[in-house]
Amino acid sequence: MSNAPTMTDAGEPVFYLADEHDHEAGGSTMLGFWIYLMSDCLIFAMLFACYGVFGGSYAGGPRGSDIFELPTVAINTSMLLISSVTYGFAMLAMDEDRKQATLVWLAITGLFGMAFVGFELSEFAHLFAIGATPQRSAFLSSFFALVSTHGLHVSIGILWLVTLMVQVGRFGLTTANKRRLMCLSLFWHFLDVIWIGVFTFVYLLGILR
Amino acid sequence: MSADLLKILFGRFTLDALPLHEPILVGTFVGVAIGGIALLGALTYFKVWGYLWHEWFTSVDHKRIGVMYMVLGLVMLLRGFSDALMMRAQQSMAFGANQGFLPAHHYDQVFTAHGVIMIFFVAMPFVTGLMNFVVPLQIGARDVSFPFLNNFSFWMTAMGAAIVMMSLFVGEFARTGWLAMAPLSGLDYSPDVGVDYYIWALQVAGIGTLLSGINLVCTIVKMRAPGMAFMKMPVFTWTALCTNILIVAAFPVLTAVLALLALDRYAGTHFFTNTGGGNYMMYTNMIWIWGHPEVYILILPAFGVFSEVTSTFCDKRLFGYTSMVYATLVITILSYLVWLHHFFTMGSGASVNSFFGITTMIISIPTGAKIFNWLFTMYHGKIRFELPMMWTVAFMLTFTIGGMTGVMLAIPPADFVLHNSLFLVAHFHNVIIGGVLFGMFAGINYWWPKAFGFKLDDFWGKVSFWFWVSGFWVAFTPLYILGLMGVTRRLRHFDDPSLQIWFLIAAFGALLVAVGIGAFLMQIYVSIRDRDTDRLRDDSGDPWGGRTLEWATSSPPPAYNFAFTPVIHDLDAYSDMKSRGYRRPVEGFRAILMPRNTPTGLYLAALSFTGAVGMIWYVWWLAGASLFGIFAVAIHHTFNYNREYHIPAEEVVATERRRTTLLAAGA
Repeated sequence: MSNAPTMTDAGEPVFYLADEHDHEAGGSTMLGFWIYLMSDCLIFAMLFACYGVFGGSYAGGPRGSDIFELPTVAINTSMLLISSVTYGFAMLAMDEDRKQATLVWLAITGLFGMAFVGFELSEFAHLFAIGATPQRSAFLSSFFALVSTHGLHVSIGILWLVTLMVQVGRFGLTTANKRRLMCLSLFWHFLDVIWIGVFTFVYLLGILR
Repeated sequence: MSADLLKILFGRFTLDALPLHEPILVGTFVGVAIGGIALLGALTYFKVWGYLWHEWFTSVDHKRIGVMYMVLGLVMLLRGFSDALMMRAQQSMAFGANQGFLPAHHYDQVFTAHGVIMIFFVAMPFVTGLMNFVVPLQIGARDVSFPFLNNFSFWMTAMGAAIVMMSLFVGEFARTGWLAMAPLSGLDYSPDVGVDYYIWALQVAGIGTLLSGINLVCTIVKMRAPGMAFMKMPVFTWTALCTNILIVAAFPVLTAVLALLALDRYAGTHFFTNTGGGNYMMYTNMIWIWGHPEVYILILPAFGVFSEVTSTFCDKRLFGYTSMVYATLVITILSYLVWLHHFFTMGSGASVNSFFGITTMIISIPTGAKIFNWLFTMYHGKIRFELPMMWTVAFMLTFTIGGMTGVMLAIPPADFVLHNSLFLVAHFHNVIIGGVLFGMFAGINYWWPKAFGFKLDDFWGKVSFWFWVSGFWVAFTPLYILGLMGVTRRLRHFDDPSLQIWFLIAAFGALLVAVGIGAFLMQIYVSIRDRDTDRLRDDSGDPWGGRTLEWATSSPPPAYNFAFTPVIHDLDAYSDMKSRGYRRPVEGFRAILMPRNTPTGLYLAALSFTGAVGMIWYVWWLAGASLFGIFAVAIHHTFNYNREYHIPAEEVVATERRRTTLLAAGA
């Protein structure tokens, strides 16, 4: 809604905009993406709720304190948190229209993201090797569902990031590309927030439980 | 070929999966095949494929997409209703030695498919279609916020429907009831493809619904015409906003719970199983956390339709606009606080049950406020009993009774008796048919002239109305009575012959409804046939003396909706314009920027369909290839930056000049 005049000088009501400019597409994109993230947040909320209910249903299998290795998880977490910082640097470079710097920071972000996914996969491989599979108990089912849904999101984020790097490289920091980078930025930081929840409720509390 | 290779190529699909031994299904298939071939042949013969493809299938115009949703809903209504007829027939004959004509295996699929189709593929497309068509026009916008996503959403819904339809002839559908409660829907008790059809149909359609929800929320929040503050929005737009907020806040829950059920079935996890520490009541809770908001997703837009219709046909401003808006908002919030009333019998204790019983009863307060607002709008109004108004009055009578039986069910001790009975079945049909469906018929009769430029035929509309309304009561009053006697739902066969008379009456009611549906189809046919007669034709764009913005433009509206963006001063914007000497602009037109059509949405949805089929039949290469295809097409689409074009000023001038001529001829 713009601040259009509602009366003519003669005091007649104005019923339409005679002098209107084109509305570029994308005016609602940030709001729309934000709403999408909140809906995604609800999916995670459900997975957290499941973990809350099933977190103690070991069915005679291993407990969290038997299988979680906090040092590995700590390194993993720092990978993701650092990637959020580097994404922030990419956005700062974008604001200054420095295309090369933006691309470099994006690449660094992607590498940290891949490191995170790599650590997570190796953790899963270890768990499978010791028999702590999702089929073992409801606790492990809900653990794997929550953590791997997050990991899947990060992986798709990396795919998106690579796509955007190609597009920025080819078409430059256009308005559309900046908007896309903003969306990915929201997505990336959102996944960080989710991971902090995972780290706290799954790993830290899991060790204590 | 070796068995291994066949298994890789076709998964668990074998020729046995084709129901050649079921005469009813073979007959249906022959009918559908002949009808389908005739339709395809006719489309080819009249050379309309190109037209359909360029003007409809790939269209990002919210009006076209809205109409396609309505067509989908209507087609699926016929399927869902034939399931209903089969159930009524079975239950009216299967007494004592007579086993009826449906074996249990088939009957269980019929009642599951009926519920799934009626909610997801009839009510949802109708509601979404109306909102899609009407909302941008009511707020003076040229399209929705994300036109491409809108097209994609429609095709996802349509592909979900296609997956359900496929289960009729290839394999089978779920035998679990419409919510596929665990552990019955788990692999132990439903090892066949039925539940997988269910899961993937709803996942594919659910993505479409969620995206369309986001789209419409953004449209309403960001694209209102200048001057239209929130409290000057038409009530239908308000209800659409609340419904779409509910969609965004509820459908992810459905996605999550179905994904977990899928994990249980595909990966052997233990969320909802009896073993391994699982808990099937978790499924019940989660699915109703989505399920209860879902019923308000359906009913709120119907409330919006009734509000528009009542004020238009009483020629009055809606009584209590502000209270109507707040009632809608209160219902939106409360709808999240009542889910447990669907399973008081879970045994969660008196305190929990009391809480959910009371919150449920509280919802009847804002709903009652709405009923009184409509009544007070009618009071001292100049009521014109045109078809939309007739449906509205029928709604008020029917829905009030449905609401009262709902309050009865909200009392936990009463619910322990009535739970899972035919009383419950009668109650929710009473509110969904009497509320949502009557609302959709009111809406279709009301906005049809806007969509096509001619009114719907009155005679056949009245035939349809009277058969629907009387048929509804004849069909469902016996179910209330049977439910009070303790008859439970989903039964295929009865021992006590004294009950049979009630089922016969109910079956007769279903036949009356069948006549109502037939008359509705006849109404559409006759109206299209006679569209150029003076009786039906409307060149004014405002056949009812409408009050909101959509009646300010031509019927059907041009692709750009409004040549100039309207400026709003008051609630009931078009009434205000008419009363203060608004003159339609006839010069100074400019080129208008509009989104381009694209087939990408259709491609993505088609790949989702093949991916779902791959998952259902364990054809892993197909599922994998489809997933890869989805990513490839989506990424390719993002490389297209050229998504808009200008409708040249000359074309706008020509379109508007035609309307000027028509208006002059009509005046």
